[in-house]
Amino acid sequence: MEKMIVSPSPHIHAPASTASLMRDVLIALAPATLVSLLFYGWAELLLVCVCVLCCVLTEYLIEKFLMKTPPTVSDCSAAVTGLLLALNLPASCPWWVALLGSVFAIGVVKMTFGGLGQNVFNPAIAARVFLLVSFPSYMTSWSAPASIADAWSFAPVDAVSGATPLGIVSEAMRAGQPLDAVFAEHHFSYGQMLFASMGGSVGEVSALALLAGFVWLLARKVIKPYTTLAIWATVIGVSAVFSLMDPSSYTDPLFNMLTGGVLIGSIFMATDYVTSPMSNTGCVIFGFGIGLQTMLIRYFGAYPEGMSFAILLMNAFVPLINRFCHQPKYGRAK
Amino acid sequence: MSSTVIGTIVLVTVLGLLLAMVLFWVASRFKVAEDPRIDEIEKVMPGANCGGCGFAGCRAFAQSCVEKGNLDEQFCPVGGNEVMKKVAAVLGIEAAEQAPKVAVVRCNGSCEARPRTNDYDGVLSCRVKASLYAGDTGCSFGCVGCGDCVAACQFGALSMDPQTGLPVVDESQCTACGACAKACPKGVIELRAKGPRSMRVFVSCINKDKGALARKACKSACIGCGKCAKVCTHDAITVENNVAYIDFTKCKLCRKCVAECPTGAIHAVNFPVLPPKPAPKPVTAQPAVQPEKTQQDGK
Amino acid sequence: MENKHTFSIGGVHPDDSKLSKDCPVEVLPLPETVYVSMAQHLGAPANPVVAPGDRVKAGQVIAEPAGFISAFVHSPVSGTVKSVGPRADLAGNKVNHIEIAVEGDEWAEGIDLSPELVTAIPEDSAFILERIKSCGVVGLGGATFPTHVKLSPPPGKTAEYLIINGAECEPYLTSDYRIMLERSKEILVGAALMKKVLGNPRCVIGIEDNKPEAIAVMTESLLSLQEESKDFAGIEVLSLRKKYPQGGEKQLIDAVTGRQVKSLGLPIDVGAVVQNVATTLAVYEAVQKNKPLVTNVLTVTGDCLPAQRQHNYLFRIGVPLRFIAEQAGGVPEEAAKIISGGPMMGKAIANLDATTVKGSSSLLYLTDAQTRRQPEGPCIRCGRCADACPMGLEPFLLKRLADAGDTRQLEDNAVQDCIECGCCLYSCPARIPLLDVIRIAKGDVMRIIKSRPRK
Repeated sequence: MEKMIVSPSPHIHAPASTASLMRDVLIALAPATLVSLLFYGWAELLLVCVCVLCCVLTEYLIEKFLMKTPPTVSDCSAAVTGLLLALNLPASCPWWVALLGSVFAIGVVKMTFGGLGQNVFNPAIAARVFLLVSFPSYMTSWSAPASIADAWSFAPVDAVSGATPLGIVSEAMRAGQPLDAVFAEHHFSYGQMLFASMGGSVGEVSALALLAGFVWLLARKVIKPYTTLAIWATVIGVSAVFSLMDPSSYTDPLFNMLTGGVLIGSIFMATDYVTSPMSNTGCVIFGFGIGLQTMLIRYFGAYPEGMSFAILLMNAFVPLINRFCHQPKYGRAK
Repeated sequence: MSSTVIGTIVLVTVLGLLLAMVLFWVASRFKVAEDPRIDEIEKVMPGANCGGCGFAGCRAFAQSCVEKGNLDEQFCPVGGNEVMKKVAAVLGIEAAEQAPKVAVVRCNGSCEARPRTNDYDGVLSCRVKASLYAGDTGCSFGCVGCGDCVAACQFGALSMDPQTGLPVVDESQCTACGACAKACPKGVIELRAKGPRSMRVFVSCINKDKGALARKACKSACIGCGKCAKVCTHDAITVENNVAYIDFTKCKLCRKCVAECPTGAIHAVNFPVLPPKPAPKPVTAQPAVQPEKTQQDGK
Repeated sequence: MENKHTFSIGGVHPDDSKLSKDCPVEVLPLPETVYVSMAQHLGAPANPVVAPGDRVKAGQVIAEPAGFISAFVHSPVSGTVKSVGPRADLAGNKVNHIEIAVEGDEWAEGIDLSPELVTAIPEDSAFILERIKSCGVVGLGGATFPTHVKLSPPPGKTAEYLIINGAECEPYLTSDYRIMLERSKEILVGAALMKKVLGNPRCVIGIEDNKPEAIAVMTESLLSLQEESKDFAGIEVLSLRKKYPQGGEKQLIDAVTGRQVKSLGLPIDVGAVVQNVATTLAVYEAVQKNKPLVTNVLTVTGDCLPAQRQHNYLFRIGVPLRFIAEQAGGVPEEAAKIISGGPMMGKAIANLDATTVKGSSSLLYLTDAQTRRQPEGPCIRCGRCADACPMGLEPFLLKRLADAGDTRQLEDNAVQDCIECGCCLYSCPARIPLLDVIRIAKGDVMRIIKSRPRK
């Protein structure tokens, strides 16, 4: 008999590994990435490449030379951060801003806490907020090629530029203009928001592509739906109450769901394992907090978009939520 | 302008005085009377909080000493006689001297002598491994080699020898706190008297199996043959449950047993090198505290 | 319509891999020598009552219980006692064994070896209980707890449910499945016997829905027996939605009755008694046939075995594992680990020369690729271990506390409730050896709890 393996039970293992879960997240992000590539062309390709490569490289270098631990870039978590960051930037954002954001995301937000699993804040979101407060002009304006052909042409082309729908509406709300007039003036349509080509961060372009990713994550059991659904319910609930009270001053639920970072944030950023609560009740509280803060910032804050800040703030509450929210234990029901 | 400044100064001063009074009241109200000797003893302790004395830490030891008023059955292995003298001085009593001790690994089943019979694939912990099964060699008594003792040692006195797969004690670092002996699920590590000039003789095996079985599992196992007990003129060796034990309080370090042992399970360490003997025996004096190396020479 | 009956918390879905489900039970030939272990049950090892040189017959008592929680051991073969002494069990630890050289196959008197079904239930409960005890019946579902003790509820507690565990939730194992197909009526009579002892509680036979044939056969046999006799009223077959560890005692009680056993409590506290189908069959043989527990069914399986080398064997207890492996064509080349029991809770065999015991249920071969532990990564806080834990514990937290040695926090976080089912380690994507560490911590905390003075 050869030397047999002896180990404690269990003797078999589920196929899922950290790397396979991260790969599933990358696959879930693929539709949104493809749609944004289609509309934004070369500029977008450059952003994605810079962010992903930079995140992976930063992690590798820090682990190799500073922490002197075996590099863990093969688990794809840095690539996920990079791609998420790329999708959170406007396509017109210069490459060096993206590079700075990537280094910040991995170097400051993730690795200073000890690497994967140890960070308090979601690296992509923290990097986005860092860029938002450091380079507001690059982060809030957007410019998009006028057509798909223009996006992929090498010759300099005319680009449409301006503020995001949320930015425009936010301006209008603060100025006290009636919303229906603003909507009519800018030709906003929900169909456009649902399928493609809304101005904004590239990840905001197609709600449908993001939802496809959500379905994939659920089907592969990568995430549980509680956080995402709690955010949606809160966003819809809060905006429904306000828009019913005063439709001309407050945007309606559908507009709030489809614009800005609500979808990408609720599906991909708030569900990040490391920075979200463990228990289902915890996830619901976490999601409620994010939804509420997002709407408060959108309606009453200085920034047009509140998702990033809301997630970041709630990340800080996760240890507290974990302390008080636990899964029900067998035979210990009160 | 000046009135604001004056107002602020007055406010801060009054507030400071008030809070100071509160603090003073609380401090005097909730004062815990404590024997000052506890602090004094704690000061002379090594401060390693290793638990080698059997108490949670140095302060707990100091408290116990003061409470009992004597030092019976209380000894700081790390500080040794010197510290105990100081402790006794604080208490105003005499300290009984104790022979310094050192941790001794009572297993010499190196990879060579004790071939692996299976491949352990669980978490690298002696406790987990030992609770799971008899071990990955034929011997169910010896060291399982996951290094729990190394992890338990606060003083860096233990390391695993990759060649033998056994822990090695660095005598100069070992304080005989006993953390390793407690951590070892197999009870392989014993605290023994350090001996004059660190010379000592011990049986480096605890295999209780019958001779043939023990030898089959490990070439350097004690087979309980009793030759050592017969040759010992000081009545220091007993053979019980098929394994010999040398009582270090009786051993006179004559090393007759070392020459007699057929498997080389008895180790003599730190003796000056002897002139070669006519009869070639595998084990002679070892210069260092790595007796396991003996078994490596066959390579 | 989806089957709703399953336990409410956690659980995982490993592949079924019931490769040997279509292999009928074969009778294993007798070896030249058997080694009967004295520690085949939970509790104190039995005391041998034979000496070397004694002639014994199959079914004769060779060791007596050494305490309240202990059991009789009978000779599985006829022959001569060669030796009584320590021998390595499958973990390599020394346990007292009785070595018997096999000569012929002569059975002790009073044992009915005929295949005839005896359905008449004895009137006297004490007689049934006495037979179960004297025939050395122990729980064959894994824990090998002496059955007569389990069937004697402490005063003041009554059984409302007798649950017969036919879940066989462990992947690969098919021995329970085969006996449910082949000996369904005997099992049902066994169930009726235990029901009688417990004062006629409701009796539910729980079978997972990945075994529809077993559910069909058991239901059919039950109906025909119920037509014959009133003794079988109040027994039902319940289909359970497949999920591991359905066969865990606490989980099965939850799945069948919707009740949950309190922490550190016993099933009888919620009025439930759980017995495995193999135990139920042993009860039938003990009471109706006076046949002691000296045989059991074991599965020889593994993905590295071709279909024709998968087996379900009726073996005599005490047959060396190596003999069974050789009868089944030897250990396959690709096998890197041999397990006694299922892949989730079974024990890896360190010593193939060890013998089978009453609770042996399989010889499972796993390949290196299937079973080798992957390198451990950092915890990504995905919470999968907590989602998988059927006791609702938080293994990630318990591991952290165990590493810190914080027994107080460990107890507050219910480490003592762990049933060691392996769901946490199975599901961890970072391959952290959660259960390895938690199991030790549980042992420490249990020792502390037990050392406390009782209130």
